[in-house]
Amino acid sequence: MITVVPLLLLAGVLGFAVARPGGLPEAVAAVPAAVVAVATGLVPWRDALHELAGLGPTVGFLAAVLLLAHLADKAGVFRYAGAVAARWSRGSPRRLLGIVFVLASVVTAALSLDATVVLLTPVVFATASTLAVRPKPHVYACNHLANSASLLLPVSNLTNLLAMSAAGLSFLSFAGLMALPWLAVIAVEFVILRRFFADDLGTPAHPEEVDRPDPPMFALVALGLTLAGFAAAGPLGIHPAWVALAGALALAVREKERAGTLVRKANPGFCLFVLALGVVVLAVSRGGFGALVDRVAPRHAGLVGLLVMAGLAAVLANLVNNLPATLMLLPAAAHSPGLVLAVLLGVNIGPNLTYVGSLATLLWRQILHGRGHPPVTGEFLRLGLITVPVCLLAGVAGLWLSLRVSGL
Amino acid sequence: MKVIVWLDEGTWEACVDAAREIGGDITLMHVVDVDTEAAMSGSAGLLGRVSGADPAELLAAAERRLLRAASERLDRTAETITLRGRPEREVLSVCAGADLLILARDGDRTRLGPRSIGHRTRFVIDHAPCRILLVWPSAPPSAGPVP
Repeated sequence: MITVVPLLLLAGVLGFAVARPGGLPEAVAAVPAAVVAVATGLVPWRDALHELAGLGPTVGFLAAVLLLAHLADKAGVFRYAGAVAARWSRGSPRRLLGIVFVLASVVTAALSLDATVVLLTPVVFATASTLAVRPKPHVYACNHLANSASLLLPVSNLTNLLAMSAAGLSFLSFAGLMALPWLAVIAVEFVILRRFFADDLGTPAHPEEVDRPDPPMFALVALGLTLAGFAAAGPLGIHPAWVALAGALALAVREKERAGTLVRKANPGFCLFVLALGVVVLAVSRGGFGALVDRVAPRHAGLVGLLVMAGLAAVLANLVNNLPATLMLLPAAAHSPGLVLAVLLGVNIGPNLTYVGSLATLLWRQILHGRGHPPVTGEFLRLGLITVPVCLLAGVAGLWLSLRVSGL
Repeated sequence: MKVIVWLDEGTWEACVDAAREIGGDITLMHVVDVDTEAAMSGSAGLLGRVSGADPAELLAAAERRLLRAASERLDRTAETITLRGRPEREVLSVCAGADLLILARDGDRTRLGPRSIGHRTRFVIDHAPCRILLVWPSAPPSAGPVP
């Protein structure tokens, strides 16, 4: 039987995280909920400690990557990307879309989806605005790719980091297996967006004289070395979080960033939230939900098994948001790397369906709309409905092929 | 004569040029598209982590720049209207008391029909409660065979 109390705790934690009443950090609700889960015996304290110890390095990695993205922005990496996009597009909306696809895919893969949403999207909007191009297709591309292009590397998405440790995959084998699904999903998004926004992309090109800024060489080299370090760290037995931290520190020294700002940009509140969320989700899984997932989840990583797992993950990501969905499904998939990666296809691509990641969030947005929050629009939902199923199919087909070739 | 000029990114210059030739009481109008705002407003996997620039402010700043450029190009006094919503609906609501609406065509010109004009533009053409002037956003095509 599924116990109701853990589900209520999870609903409260997620509802609070989305609404953020009074601008309070997400952890304000999550930490007490985790304490309640342990105090009432829903999660034995030993299990809770074990969960926290398991999540610790992953959350540290996340913090370091958030820091890396912030410092890259400060060093002018994103401004430079915008200037390059403006020059290479020669004022053509269609060419700009192609360039934005490349930029958003690379930034999401290397610096996580947060970097694309928070740092790249405003730059892309400004670039489109400068070129007198309708910005809509280009900002939609950023928004969609932040989710669907976050498949390639463990650092691209917090869900991937959680899965990497669960599946026991190295950085390189993760990237090797996910490269094909990543490319397939991006190709699908490109074809669909290009058609969907044909009207807005059909306006005449306005070739503008744009500045030619110097590339921020130090930052670009530091980022490149950090990425190479992620790949090299595994065989050397070093956790990639240390590599990310080293890269961030090198940039921080160069940019003379203050220690206080560094701590703030590493988002300790959010890291605490993820840790507490892990304990609350453990309570949900122990309360009968885990057994239910075990019964429903496929056992074998054949084409059908992968498809069912990805579909299940996508549905769950839209019901309860992608982080809890990942934490709930990983135990059922952990015996097979293929199934773990299928979970990731679902939880990473799925959120484009309801555009805010979960039905609960969607409802909140509707309620908050009156208070100056952006609306939920029919166009957004329609585009999600078209892209998500096709992306899931393409991603699963790519993953299946990769698994066959690699013999896993 | 009350003339409304619908300014949309990528095509507005041609509308302003047409308004200069026609004269009358000119109103420059721009609509911030809520869909663009929605696309800029964060993403699912982030929960509460969105702390970047405010999309509404970015859109409003771009709108101010566009209207300033349009006023300079028009080079005469004109009223300006800024709206937020679904552009095709907002445009119709403003046209109610106007004599003429100037707008530019968009869409895929390589097609023969109905998508040869963008769906928002087509909606306005179909339902505008006033006369309309539809202009080419760049030089008109040469006389010759259609696609």
